Amino acid sequence: MGMTMTQKILAAHAGLDEVKAGQLIMADLDLVLGNDVTTPVAINEFNKAGFTEIFDKDKVTVVLDHFTPNKDIKAAAQCKQCREFACEYNITHFYDVGRVGIEHALLPEQGIVAPGDCIIGADSHTCTYGALGAFSTGIGSTDMCAGMAKGKTWFKVPEAIKFNIVGKLPKWSAAKDVILHIIGLIGVDGALYKSMEFSGEGLINLSMEDRLCMANMAIEAGAKNGIFAVDQVTLDYVKDRVKREYKIFEADEDAEYAAEYTINLSEIKPTVAFPHLPENTKTFDEFGSVEIDQVVIGSCTNGRIEDMRAAAEILKDRKVAKNVRCIIIPATQDIYMQCIKEGLTEIFIKAGCAVSTPTCGPCLGGHMGILAKGERAVATTNRNFVGRMGHPESEVYLASPYVAAASAVTGVITQPLELMD
Amino acid sequence: MKAKGSVFKYGDNVDTDVIIPARYLNTADMNELAKHCMEDIDIDFAKNVKQGDIIVAEANFGCGSSREHAPAAIKASGVSCVIAKTFARIFYRNAINIGLPIIECNEAAEKISAGDEVEIDFDTGVITNLTKNETYQGQSFPEFLINIINKNGLLNSLKDQ
Repeated sequence: MGMTMTQKILAAHAGLDEVKAGQLIMADLDLVLGNDVTTPVAINEFNKAGFTEIFDKDKVTVVLDHFTPNKDIKAAAQCKQCREFACEYNITHFYDVGRVGIEHALLPEQGIVAPGDCIIGADSHTCTYGALGAFSTGIGSTDMCAGMAKGKTWFKVPEAIKFNIVGKLPKWSAAKDVILHIIGLIGVDGALYKSMEFSGEGLINLSMEDRLCMANMAIEAGAKNGIFAVDQVTLDYVKDRVKREYKIFEADEDAEYAAEYTINLSEIKPTVAFPHLPENTKTFDEFGSVEIDQVVIGSCTNGRIEDMRAAAEILKDRKVAKNVRCIIIPATQDIYMQCIKEGLTEIFIKAGCAVSTPTCGPCLGGHMGILAKGERAVATTNRNFVGRMGHPESEVYLASPYVAAASAVTGVITQPLELMD
Repeated sequence: MKAKGSVFKYGDNVDTDVIIPARYLNTADMNELAKHCMEDIDIDFAKNVKQGDIIVAEANFGCGSSREHAPAAIKASGVSCVIAKTFARIFYRNAINIGLPIIECNEAAEKISAGDEVEIDFDTGVITNLTKNETYQGQSFPEFLINIINKNGLLNSLKDQ
């Protein structure tokens, strides 16, 4: 029996010719990642266990992106602990304020992740790198600690759900709408313990940024990882970024899947996930007027340059509604700079938006845009759980940058077509 | 090894943001975090929970973030075991790695009510509802994981390698 793309990567990293779903394996790791919230716990465990070295200073990365620039004294202490650890162990890919970006936008951009890699990260959205054709999954701090020390970890080999992508997205529909549609279809545990493999003739119509957005939210369907077949789009993206050898893996033609879906991009409409689960998706014909107080455009899901351009397309020569705060967060320094070069930052500021240095901040209710009791936000982020962006009685509506920007202008959840031709 | 306590009952998709909200994650002090455990869906949890108590929930417990602070806060609050129909996979790993016992059992999740007195035998996977006088068979762990559990967590199990 053939193997899925994920199974082939896992087999190669476990030194095995073949693996089967359910098999427990030890796999070598190409990268171990942590951030300023999860790394301190890993460091505490590392020291408690008596480890004195990390397996490879080039293959451990620490990104201070969650509560930075330091939101308070305790957060400052956590960042300081990470900084000292990175210094002590001479970690090559350590990113601090001024160079830092949101980890899952930053690492692909900087060429630190590559196709065929086996990656763990103490951040659930580590599944993002599947966009490049890597096996990449979120783990906790103890796994991060063990991975840093040993350069390997255990996995239960997952089975996979196959998504056959066909067609081409209509104008004003976005990759975010595709992944929200899929999560609405299969539910927040629809891919529990499984891989989500994306392939098909329509893949060529999804840019790398589209794929990063979709793979990012695989965890929102409970998946172990999301992964895209490698094609010319992938190769063009990694060409001038990845400076090391990498290997391309393909699913076997006779690979078995737990389920298969065909997703026709041409039929995808702007989609909004209502509180308090990403699976509560609705298209605009399914709901009425929803007034909002805040818009957040950014995050590891939708803080990339194409997202900024999409927001700017809507916000150009328009104003943010009087009672709405619109916060725009380019995900990395390079994206921030590109926004300035292309005049996007000027569009945002003229429209009345706050433009921030890269941070995860508001997405997880950390800082830079916390909601009061009863307030509603439209966000291009990835989770709308109870209390995610602030008070337990606040609400988050997940949407694409187009929908978020249009909603900022009108003050109600709005589809782009209402403002644009 | 056995656990015994009274039950706190929750529904589907209890996510890590409600188990421990991110606004408190500026510390890695788990006893501090335990004071805020579950507060966004059960404001009285931290006040009412006693050493040995048990959480029973429905499907996909612990979905969302990878924060190990979630199982650690539950453990630090005194909870001896979480029973659910299914667990989100990162939470599942994290719980085993830090030594918080968890068991998947559909029947227990359906039949146990809040406040029931429940006993769990980890060697056999048998869950006994002392209040309702019923027993349910929970799913046992593969040997690979039993080894990690018996060595009191992942890091101790690695020391032999």
